[in-house]
Amino acid sequence: MTSPLDQKKIKIAGPVVVTANRVGDGAVVYRSPDGGWTTELGGAAVVIDADSARALAEAATGDDLNAIGPYIAPVKVLPGGHVRPGNLRELIRRSGPTIDLPALPDM
Amino acid sequence: MYIYDAFDRQLLAERVTEFRDQVARRLSGELTEEEFKPLRLMNGVYLQLHAYMLRIAIPYGTLSTLQLRKLAEIARKYDRGYGHFTTRQNIQFHWIKLAELPDAMAELASVGMHGMQTSGNNVRNITTDQWAGVATDEIQDPRIWAELIRQHVTLHPEFSFMPRKFKIAVGASHRDRAALRIHDMALRLHRNAAGETGFEVMVGGGLGRTPYLAQTIKPFLPKRDVLSYVEAVLRTYNQFGRRDNIWKARIKILVHDLGAEAFAKEVETEWQSIKDGALVLEPAMVADIAGRFRYPNYQQLDDNPPELNVARRSGRSFDAWMNNCVTKHKAPGYAIVTLSLKPEGGTPGDCTAAQMEKLAELADRYSFGEVRVGHEQNLALPHVAQRDLPALWRELDAIGLARPNVSFISDIISCPGLDYCSLANARSIPIAQELTRRFRDLDHQRNLGRLHINISGCINACGHHHVGHIGILGVEKNGEEFYQITLGGKADENATLGTLIGPAVPYAQVADVVEDIAAAYIDLRQTADELFIDTVKRLGVEPFRERVYAAR
Amino acid sequence: MPLVENGQIVQDRYLYVGDEESMPDRVPAIVTAQRFLTNADTLIRRDGSLGVRWPNNRRIAELAPWLGHLTLIALEFPKFRDGRAYSQARLLRETYGFRGTLRATGDVLRDQFHFLIRAGFDSFEVKKPADARVFAEAASRYSVVYQPSADGRIPALRRRAQHASSDAAGDARSFGDPPERI
Repeated sequence: MTSPLDQKKIKIAGPVVVTANRVGDGAVVYRSPDGGWTTELGGAAVVIDADSARALAEAATGDDLNAIGPYIAPVKVLPGGHVRPGNLRELIRRSGPTIDLPALPDM
Repeated sequence: MYIYDAFDRQLLAERVTEFRDQVARRLSGELTEEEFKPLRLMNGVYLQLHAYMLRIAIPYGTLSTLQLRKLAEIARKYDRGYGHFTTRQNIQFHWIKLAELPDAMAELASVGMHGMQTSGNNVRNITTDQWAGVATDEIQDPRIWAELIRQHVTLHPEFSFMPRKFKIAVGASHRDRAALRIHDMALRLHRNAAGETGFEVMVGGGLGRTPYLAQTIKPFLPKRDVLSYVEAVLRTYNQFGRRDNIWKARIKILVHDLGAEAFAKEVETEWQSIKDGALVLEPAMVADIAGRFRYPNYQQLDDNPPELNVARRSGRSFDAWMNNCVTKHKAPGYAIVTLSLKPEGGTPGDCTAAQMEKLAELADRYSFGEVRVGHEQNLALPHVAQRDLPALWRELDAIGLARPNVSFISDIISCPGLDYCSLANARSIPIAQELTRRFRDLDHQRNLGRLHINISGCINACGHHHVGHIGILGVEKNGEEFYQITLGGKADENATLGTLIGPAVPYAQVADVVEDIAAAYIDLRQTADELFIDTVKRLGVEPFRERVYAAR
Repeated sequence: MPLVENGQIVQDRYLYVGDEESMPDRVPAIVTAQRFLTNADTLIRRDGSLGVRWPNNRRIAELAPWLGHLTLIALEFPKFRDGRAYSQARLLRETYGFRGTLRATGDVLRDQFHFLIRAGFDSFEVKKPADARVFAEAASRYSVVYQPSADGRIPALRRRAQHASSDAAGDARSFGDPPERI
């Protein structure tokens, strides 16, 4: 969960995606294979070597109009191809806070 | 509270217009994120894990009910129905959309609120004691001085791009309820031997990776010189603070590296050349600002009205609340009521829109339309007639704002942590929630007495863990959440940094560890009256360390 | 990089002269601090206006003895977030009374124009042509200022005190005047 904002050397130990936040609303997005962004982790481009990761990250960084602060994040790929967040930080980014938000009041 | 005039409103309106233009240029691509980021930070717009976050300043923690209602409206319209009160008397909304921000800001501006300089490398919200203006032990309302300084540093052309952020606190009593010594600069109003009123100026406090307590560089500064002296300190910092390393960029590092004396001398030299110039604070200027602070038309009332004592005797819960949440007021017959935002199982400092609206209603009826926000992440009603306390209590209890756990172990100060914040290494809120459940029993809490727990999810220390009686710092080890525990910190006039008791413990054990510490305190205290913090001071952390790590 | 002065894009009268180059005859010239301090006595005697480019990590006090001989000082913003030159500018204008041209160079963007002008700059090497074109509009964004600075604008605190008697009742519409208690 150490903030990945300071990534310099790219070393990957397993499958990764590139993730960022959408400019308009700050929503969590993932770089998709077609060079766009998706809010669904299942639609993310998953790569498994450092060179591909770097290329994906660099392309994403150039897309300042749509997404902010892209970085490389670990994922787990389950048998069957389902992609899951690779650490607690990414789990929280995808699924939201692990706590209940204060209950919305009855109007 | 301070009443905005045409000048204040105009500046705010122009700020909103400018930001609207900046957002448009960002969305069109004319501004890159690198260019836009400092601009949005200057308006309090952060990017967090899930969304943008808007931090709104509540200058010196004072809110009118008009403003509180507007915050509720913002929560409903632009966010998810709640806000979060912070350790710097600000409020945060965690789910804001960039495109909607200019409209949200325009609405806030309509009630004199904004996010200006709640982020960025400038001077941040100026905080003070949440009981300012009504406390019995202050020599003057510190908010007048906080407002004078606030205006001076707002959109200051020289100090908007400093090495790092700069936090100022102002106090006016010997008892320090504003945590002065953990600020970059603090000013404490006091009387000297000759009976004159002036400021003790302290600089170089700050927590984070290298915590320091502020040192006094000017024991007595006449009021007329406040702005010029602040200017001299900021100018010295702006020129000589480090810019090569973000972890060494605060003024505390500069003060420490130069030494307080050499730093004070540098400031003095600069100050001597400007002290009699355009920044002299003339009495008319002070009077003008002071005159814009409206105080209630207190009635002539007696302390301890009979109906109050009747109510206390006939209700154990009311009596418990009186003992815990109600404080003496400087006007006879009145009281200050603290509202705990620390319910069992809740997130410290969170408040729903519905609670805000209900509270606004109650503040209009019982507190002259005014509410306060404290750095402990609780609220206060500053002007309540003692005879109204029983009725008020019933209404507060109905909306969950009457929990008598203020200053007890479940009155936890916590940052948002990894559930929200992109800087965090670990979660803090679930730790706080579990602790409020373990210590839910109020009798047990009363037995433990005053005991401050502070939780931070990373070394940036927004939860002020260094100055907690029990400090909890989240760290990451091999992808798991671990927590360092410190004991003995204090944030008051005897400010102290806590001492680490041993190796970090895993997430699942933190609540057990705190229970062990509490149990150890009960065993070790000399009398039932000896506070936890005093037991720690008397014995050191060793006996607690033994207890915690014996079985781990 | 367009140069803006008096609210308009203008041609630069000055020439930046490298440390190894010979000084041009009679043309206004800007030299580095290094060159200036090494050859100050000679340089100030030259025929023609003289400017110095001063880095943001050197004290203005070092340059102070020579101000009477300089027609221009160029200060630097390596990145716009590095705000040291704002202090340098104000010291030059307000403490040392420098009356020549004060030029902002480096990462000079539209959103800093207001601050730069207030700090005493009157010449701007603007990074983006688009920003240079809207200089006048961007520079007049704020009609209210809270603090005195090099531009001499009267801060709100003083304007209020001046208007104290006339302003009192009418203008102070309040935020949150409490409702009357019964």
